[in-house]
Amino acid sequence: MATKLNIVCVSGTRENLQMAAMFAATAAVSGSVVSVFLSMNALSYFVKGKQQSAPAEGEIGRLMEKKNVPPFEDLLRQAVELGDAKLYPCSMAMEVLGIRDEQLHAYIEEPIGLTKYLSDVEDGHIMTF
Amino acid sequence: MELIAALKLAEVGDELEVLSTDKGSANDIPEWINKVGHQLLECREEDGVHYIRVRKTR
Repeated sequence: MATKLNIVCVSGTRENLQMAAMFAATAAVSGSVVSVFLSMNALSYFVKGKQQSAPAEGEIGRLMEKKNVPPFEDLLRQAVELGDAKLYPCSMAMEVLGIRDEQLHAYIEEPIGLTKYLSDVEDGHIMTF
Repeated sequence: MELIAALKLAEVGDELEVLSTDKGSANDIPEWINKVGHQLLECREEDGVHYIRVRKTR
């Protein structure tokens, strides 16, 4: 059975999102089944047409903007398109932010809640960013 | 990721070559090729450029 990797994105800083996306993409294209749960400040970057970029927390985040690093949104989309990754928006965060399902990019799954997420990831590792 | 996307579109038996100036890619790409079971044909460096050649096997 394929290895499972579960990633929880909470932070909205560039560094956290980038690291989560790199793990997700690398694991997905290496044959792992990956699930990414998007909640708190991480969620709003996946709304269609949103141009606002994630703020850098420190030096690396600032340098990444200048050095042509593939953006985290692209890495996560590739994880879905090229590997077995699924991105789940948190239903609680959707409600708090007033985001409707159709406002999210097409490569994002339907929202799920914590109970469903917990039962899905029961037997896998969870990384939190 | 560009290599992975290209391999996905390629036919089994096709050969692809990646040129990279990044040492990290030169280490990671062969590792990935072995992990997913494609065939690494060549991995060499010339004037700071890494040439990695791979054959799609499945």
